[in-house]
Amino acid sequence: MHQLAQRIQDTFPVGFLSSTEWRGDISVTVTREKVHEVAQFLHDDPGMDFDYIVHVSSVDWPDDEERFEVVWEFYAIRKRQRIRLKTRVPESDCIVDSLTDIWKGADFMEREVYDMMGIRFRNHPDLRRILMPDDYTEGYPLRKDFPLRGKGWRDTFDFLDEVPR
Amino acid sequence: MAFEDQRTTVYKVDPEHPESESLPTLRTEELLLNMGPQHPSTHGVLKVILELEGERLVKSTPVLGFLHRGVEKLAEDGTYHQFIPHTDRLDYVCAMYNNFAYCRAVEKLLNLQVPDRAEYLRTIVAEVQRIIGHQFWLGTQALDIGAMTVFFYCFRDREILLDWFDELCGARLTTSWYRIGGVERDFTPSLLDKLKKFLDYFPPKIDEYIVFLETNRIWVARTKGVAVISAEDAVSFGLSGPTLRGSGVDYDLRKYEPYSAYPKCEFSVPVGKNGDTYDRYWIRVMELYESVKIIRQCLEQMQEGPIMADVPSVTLPPKERVFTNLEAMIQQFKLFSQGFNAPPGEIYCGTEAHKGELGFHIVSTGGGKPYRLKIRAPSFIHMGAFDYMSRGYMIADAITLFGTYDIVMGECDR
Repeated sequence: MHQLAQRIQDTFPVGFLSSTEWRGDISVTVTREKVHEVAQFLHDDPGMDFDYIVHVSSVDWPDDEERFEVVWEFYAIRKRQRIRLKTRVPESDCIVDSLTDIWKGADFMEREVYDMMGIRFRNHPDLRRILMPDDYTEGYPLRKDFPLRGKGWRDTFDFLDEVPR
Repeated sequence: MAFEDQRTTVYKVDPEHPESESLPTLRTEELLLNMGPQHPSTHGVLKVILELEGERLVKSTPVLGFLHRGVEKLAEDGTYHQFIPHTDRLDYVCAMYNNFAYCRAVEKLLNLQVPDRAEYLRTIVAEVQRIIGHQFWLGTQALDIGAMTVFFYCFRDREILLDWFDELCGARLTTSWYRIGGVERDFTPSLLDKLKKFLDYFPPKIDEYIVFLETNRIWVARTKGVAVISAEDAVSFGLSGPTLRGSGVDYDLRKYEPYSAYPKCEFSVPVGKNGDTYDRYWIRVMELYESVKIIRQCLEQMQEGPIMADVPSVTLPPKERVFTNLEAMIQQFKLFSQGFNAPPGEIYCGTEAHKGELGFHIVSTGGGKPYRLKIRAPSFIHMGAFDYMSRGYMIADAITLFGTYDIVMGECDR
């Protein structure tokens, strides 16, 4: 196990679930309840020092019991190291702690995850749709059960008739 | 600091004239103003709702998504090769760098080694693309805030490189020249000649751009001390590229996580001090010189060799063999119709595009299609800081802000 993952496991023996290292990327999975604490630790601890948020992403695994996976990627500019933090969220209680109070940039990134995957973020200051229209009611486009061609919203558009000559 | 003044004078009573507090006040109310989505300076279809107090911005809310095409969803439905042309349409003024970032990410997923010559070709073209991107930025940014001449000069020189791209791959903007495992075709002698000529022609022209702008008092007044962001905030917002380096953070993936032929070249990364629009301009102009340096070194060091990795299950056969050899044709057909089997796993690969860190997060469950592909688009993340950076400035400075991020909506909305 990589030493970064080891330190997280030592500090959070309860929340830590697993860690992998593949193609040089270190990734750590923690329980949903501990996400904010672990993130705070990653940001504040001088040995970690992850001051830069790279992106927030989400993956849909429809067959799993805890369906959604939220992925954060952090970078430590001074230490030049990268880490990926992951957690699982069930569909019935699709909410996870927001990290906007730690990294300001998480604001838009989390809004995008909410917009695309429907995962809500607790304590987010302004959780609205960002890329899709505000009045879009057909669900969350990046979920695996959302058809590629949409759910027919576009078919309801009014088309102008051909102008008679 | 100019920054502090701009923010406090709006709200506070002038300490030198305390009597101003007792003066009769006018009824004031905040004004909401919609800017965009059809506004010439928003570089595409971007709408911002501005809350104004007089002419000062109190709050601005970007409304994104007018150009949302669901690229990430499309990626899940096509093979890895089929997604390359989609990446062109992300940041459509700098297609080559998008291709590059995507191909690098897939190569990391496959653990594929790219031959030396291909790495050099990639670096050269990427840096040419960086020059084009910065020229485009310089021209339009200056045009937006009232300096017209430099726009024509930038676009004149950009045209030379676009024609060079045309000769290289048959397209000027949506290029799709990079391939997974290498590049589509090698430079011809004529292309090399033209590039070398351009390298001699170009550096004096950069000096010209600088003279045009820095002797323009209006332009200097509208960039110095405008849209300031501190290093700490810039890092916290996840800004990248020149927008972050303008605040004095020396973060450049070409140096931090060297890739392609960059570790073999000597170049410096310009870093600003004040974090204002002027510093970000200065960094981009200095990067033009650095790009020229990198291209020169690559041209010198480049050796003959293959331009595509030889892994038949993944990489494409040379075009001439496709037309003459049955096996090569089958290989090409199978790769484009079914794709290749990627190992199950998850990677993130960031590349220093000219706007900032362009990253691809790919989740694979095996098979020919990505299970999930997330694009970390610098323009989108820069827009997250828009509200914070615009507060206290004038309406006209909002235009400077769009410009200073080098925002392209195709990438922002994906």
